[in-house]
Amino acid sequence: MMLSESDITALLLTFKLAAVTTCILLVIGTPVAWWLARSRCRYKFIFEGLIALPLVLPPTVLGFYLLVMLGPNGPLGRLMEWFGGASLAFTFSGLVIGSVFYSMPFVIQPLQNAFAAIGTRPMEVAATLRASPFDRFFTVALPLAKHGFLTAAVLGFAHTIGEFGVVLMIGGNIPGETQVLSIAIYDHVEALEYSQAHWLSGGLLLLSFLMLMTVYALNGRLSWGRT
Amino acid sequence: MSIKATFRLSKKDFEFDVELCIPDRGVTAIFGPSGCGKTTLLRLMAGLERCSNGYLKVRDRVWQDSSEFIPSHKRAIGYVFQEASLFSHLNVAKNLEYGVKRVAIAEQKVSLDHAVALLGIGHLLNRNAHQLSGGEKQRVAIARALAVSPKVLLMDEPLSALDQTLKREIMPYLESLHDQLDIPIIYVSHSPDEVARLADHLVLLDAGKVRADGPIGSMLTRLDLPLAYGDDAAAVIDASVVVHDDHYGITYLDFSGGRFTVARNTLPLGRPVRLRVMARDVSLTLERQMGTSILNIFPAVVEELIIDDQPDVTVRLRVGSTLLLSRVTRKSASLLQLTPKQALYVQIKSVALLGGN
Repeated sequence: MMLSESDITALLLTFKLAAVTTCILLVIGTPVAWWLARSRCRYKFIFEGLIALPLVLPPTVLGFYLLVMLGPNGPLGRLMEWFGGASLAFTFSGLVIGSVFYSMPFVIQPLQNAFAAIGTRPMEVAATLRASPFDRFFTVALPLAKHGFLTAAVLGFAHTIGEFGVVLMIGGNIPGETQVLSIAIYDHVEALEYSQAHWLSGGLLLLSFLMLMTVYALNGRLSWGRT
Repeated sequence: MSIKATFRLSKKDFEFDVELCIPDRGVTAIFGPSGCGKTTLLRLMAGLERCSNGYLKVRDRVWQDSSEFIPSHKRAIGYVFQEASLFSHLNVAKNLEYGVKRVAIAEQKVSLDHAVALLGIGHLLNRNAHQLSGGEKQRVAIARALAVSPKVLLMDEPLSALDQTLKREIMPYLESLHDQLDIPIIYVSHSPDEVARLADHLVLLDAGKVRADGPIGSMLTRLDLPLAYGDDAAAVIDASVVVHDDHYGITYLDFSGGRFTVARNTLPLGRPVRLRVMARDVSLTLERQMGTSILNIFPAVVEELIIDDQPDVTVRLRVGSTLLLSRVTRKSASLLQLTPKQALYVQIKSVALLGGN
């Protein structure tokens, strides 16, 4: 086996981080994306800009501000201490918070596009068929946006796996707690352990490609089945 | 017991200001040029569009007034959209069940089976929406709307997205809705043909205002409305089948002004039918013509005619209690010295049977 025990720990931690982050983003991203797709609020563009920020911002910038916010002297850190908790910097929870911001556009934008593509008509039809707003959201909007959810979940997951800068800034490099795959690769390269770096990098490359390919294949089939 | 609606609303192009009382029986057509507010009226009634200044009462239930607004999903409506709008993630059966499942058992008056049979879609139940033709989709959408046992069925130009062939395919189903259901239907249309076939009552809408409304027979023959002037101006006549004559291959139909002779059909005796007589197919004679091939000749009285500088004159006539239109040249009108209350004869060159109703 080419992977050391610490590599496997990093691998599992990365998957855990990506899974938790994706779940959180789907839960909070769905109502936000719905609002963005439906609202006629004239200030919507402000929120759209904010959510898209991680697409263009250097991850270190995002990480730096999160570190300041989450650290013992930052507002969120103080709040945590006030509630009797510890500072979130250099913890797994801190990583999750960072990843949620970092991967936000990758989840919200596909959802928003999927909701927008449904249009208002199916929801109106459901309303005339006695479905309440909640009812029609779950029985019409969600099933019709399923390819959007698939895309959002896979992109959110894959993008979180690939995160580096944010993690480095707010997570540090604690094995089993905050040492994720990309950091482990960086460490191997620093230590000139190219063979381990190859195994991890190659694995990540293949995995990411497989995930994206699956999304495109499934979406192609889903949209083929639509009228 | 009827439907009372008052809506005032500022639209981009015009002020929408409608006050209406719609009978709670039969088909009421909302007719007018595109962009006159027909769809807006229907959407306001369905609660899909809101206006703060509105009142809507359907039978004994107030759906909207100054203090209350019942949301769409709590209104006992059926709505058929212009394009069929089936849920693409559900098959035909699930589409049909979507509404029914959400209606209390006690309020289910129209069974799903009945709706399926009325629209002839039993063989489509296991298909997916995208496997249906445009006409089939619209039939499923109509059955789906019926199956929620609405107190009023709102139809927004349900045939306008279909080509002529599909229109002809669906029309008999719409006519059977009219015959077999005790639900008032409000039918938005800009097609005079659909209106003549289906409507009992007609509301003429123009730039967001009600120009006129009344029973179809009198509305089509009113000389102060544009309906009487187009190329396809026509009157509709309610009649019933009395005798089939197999020797000559003809059928006799009785109406309030006499007995029509038409080509033999297969309708049962006593069956009510609707006939359409185009204004251009009705000619006038002062005395009863003998020795003519025309069979449908009836005594009539001139009710109204407007002579202006147009080469044609449209005349409204009464035959029994039935109103007819006749288009003659101004020269003929002058030679016959046509005046109101004048008694004469109408010769009807051709008459169209619009299906049973």
